[in-house]
Amino acid sequence: MDAGLQFDVAHLLAGGLVLVSFMLLYQDRMFGLLNVFALHAFVLALSVAWQAFIQDAPHLYVTAAIALLFKAVIIPVALHRIVLRLGIHRTLETVVGVGLTMLAGMGLVALSIVIMLPAAVDADPLAREDLAFALSVVLLGLLMMVTRRNAVSQVVGFMSMENGLILAATGAKGMPFVVEISVAFSILIAFIVIGIFLFRIRERFDTVDLQALEMFRGERS
Amino acid sequence: MNAIGSFALVAILAVPAAAAAILALLPGYRVTARLNIAASLFTFVIALALFTARPEPGRYLIVDDLNVVFIALNTFVAFTTSVFSASYIGHELETGRLTPVYLRFYHAMYQILMFAMNLALVANNIGLMWVAIELATLTTVLMVGIYRTPEALEAAWKYFILGSVGIALALFGTILVYLAAQAEVGEGMDAMAWSVLVTHAAAFDPGLLNLAFVFLLLGYGTKVGLAPLHAWLPDAHAEGPTPISAVLSGLLLNVALFALLRFKLLLAANAGALAPGPLMITMGLVSLVFASFMLYRRRDIKRMFAYSSIEHMGIITFAFGIGGPLANFAGLLHMTMHSLTKSAIFFGVGHIAQARGTQRIADIRGLTESHPMLGWGLVMGVVAIAGMPPLGIFMSEFLVVSSTFARQPLLALPLVAGLIIGFGALMLRLQGLVFGAPSGSRDTQVTASYVPMFAHLGLVLLAGVYLPAPLVAWFQNVAARLG
Repeated sequence: MDAGLQFDVAHLLAGGLVLVSFMLLYQDRMFGLLNVFALHAFVLALSVAWQAFIQDAPHLYVTAAIALLFKAVIIPVALHRIVLRLGIHRTLETVVGVGLTMLAGMGLVALSIVIMLPAAVDADPLAREDLAFALSVVLLGLLMMVTRRNAVSQVVGFMSMENGLILAATGAKGMPFVVEISVAFSILIAFIVIGIFLFRIRERFDTVDLQALEMFRGERS
Repeated sequence: MNAIGSFALVAILAVPAAAAAILALLPGYRVTARLNIAASLFTFVIALALFTARPEPGRYLIVDDLNVVFIALNTFVAFTTSVFSASYIGHELETGRLTPVYLRFYHAMYQILMFAMNLALVANNIGLMWVAIELATLTTVLMVGIYRTPEALEAAWKYFILGSVGIALALFGTILVYLAAQAEVGEGMDAMAWSVLVTHAAAFDPGLLNLAFVFLLLGYGTKVGLAPLHAWLPDAHAEGPTPISAVLSGLLLNVALFALLRFKLLLAANAGALAPGPLMITMGLVSLVFASFMLYRRRDIKRMFAYSSIEHMGIITFAFGIGGPLANFAGLLHMTMHSLTKSAIFFGVGHIAQARGTQRIADIRGLTESHPMLGWGLVMGVVAIAGMPPLGIFMSEFLVVSSTFARQPLLALPLVAGLIIGFGALMLRLQGLVFGAPSGSRDTQVTASYVPMFAHLGLVLLAGVYLPAPLVAWFQNVAARLG
């Protein structure tokens, strides 16, 4: 296939992932957030599958399948249920306003382009620009974790960050399979842990709002 | 010779893993606690064999100059902590803070943690090392939350979120290192293997390597507990079971720092890469000075010693940042000494908190009168950690300060200031804790095992007076390679 087209499609998908990351930032409803996260994982799956195709690396299809099945379907559905059961499907409050968050997000994307592009002059352009996108996704996920107070949306922020990492790992040509599997696996473990935590938090406080937790500081005198 | 080495290498991973599986199934406190000790001791003895019979570097595992002493230290502290844990956990069961089901879980997690830390130390693959550190993080998160009090859950959650962010940044750094290596070594497994990376590091793209190191420093630095990424550390230390505090401070922080050292070796081998020194010096100094001031305002005894761990990790990072054979030597020595001393202090503190039924410093007074062994043990531990001669930490701190004076005299000022401020805080609190009239009516005696605490302190004292020549040679050898 034409090298230019390969490049363009890979770009389109990676850029799409950054765009969906921005969409995550301004979701103020629980279900909206989960739906957008499913979209995020779906775009990631497409992007990974495309990388598998152009790099001729069949094992990457497995990573794509994991992203599609596990992250775009199972996790959003499970979180959907948790949210329903806990009865927290009301509006989310964000710490900073939407406008400011978006501006900060744009700043982060600019930052990742500024530091990634000159750093990897020798690497092949596709890998380099893929990395810039991946770093943007990671930083946007981080931003989301910082600006949200709710445990569920922090978890979503964390998972979108993991998506960025997988994008970076697949963009690096021929990166050994061990790492991809382990990343997928660690997400699974992370999810189990989170599940346990949500359960326990619910048990103790009847809320998953972390603000309620922050009264307990251990150092009350 | 090599057959023994390879066997030992596999065994230090296989024994904890197998023990974890068995401990998860066995009921009964006495049996499992003893089995936990036995497994830890066995691992330690096998680890000693690695000194004499060193296996060939394999595809995934390696034993080299850098990690062999850390493996021994790791398994040794794991063993002594398991002895302490047996008496500590017995008391927790009696008071009902832990139920038998959780105890089973606790012992299994303890061995999985040992497995993960040993794996992180011997991994010959940066991806594998990352996985191991992630596993260690997850197990400690679960252990910190084991009491299920609101405070413990908050601490575990905070630790989990910050730890995951750190570990994610570290993975990004790992990917960048792979990219830098891939251009030289070619695609595939070789570009992630240590033994290959170090020999080819000179030809890597310096720009990528620099960027990778920034991410690795932030990522693994979170796990080391460097300010401003330290927020999880005091909570996790204060709210979890004390054996876990001892293992966290004594071992896990070291393992994360060890990972950083591995990458520092790569940068040192590449002429075009930036010197990692200034970054590490800044983070180290900030952690040291910040933690020293924070020591004054602590009301919780475990939290206070957690801040002291941040302080010492700052000193160590600073020493490696200064670089040069002497400062690196001091850094390695300080890592060893801090690991032994801090875990000894937590052994003491654990029993003290049990005897008094509180962790509030204000409610603990006159320990030397009511519990002479614990009280004087704590005195000795705090004197050691504050850096008084003739104990081991004095020696390593002295070396850090003098090498700083030799290389960057101006930086010695904030360093010494931080050390003195921290010293003052510890002495101030120590006086109230151990002297004066004993406080409280609940002066229950605990069945404590003093052996682990005094064994550690004895080693620290011994190291302060006399360091065995082979150990010195090892430290010097590694210090020279660290650049």
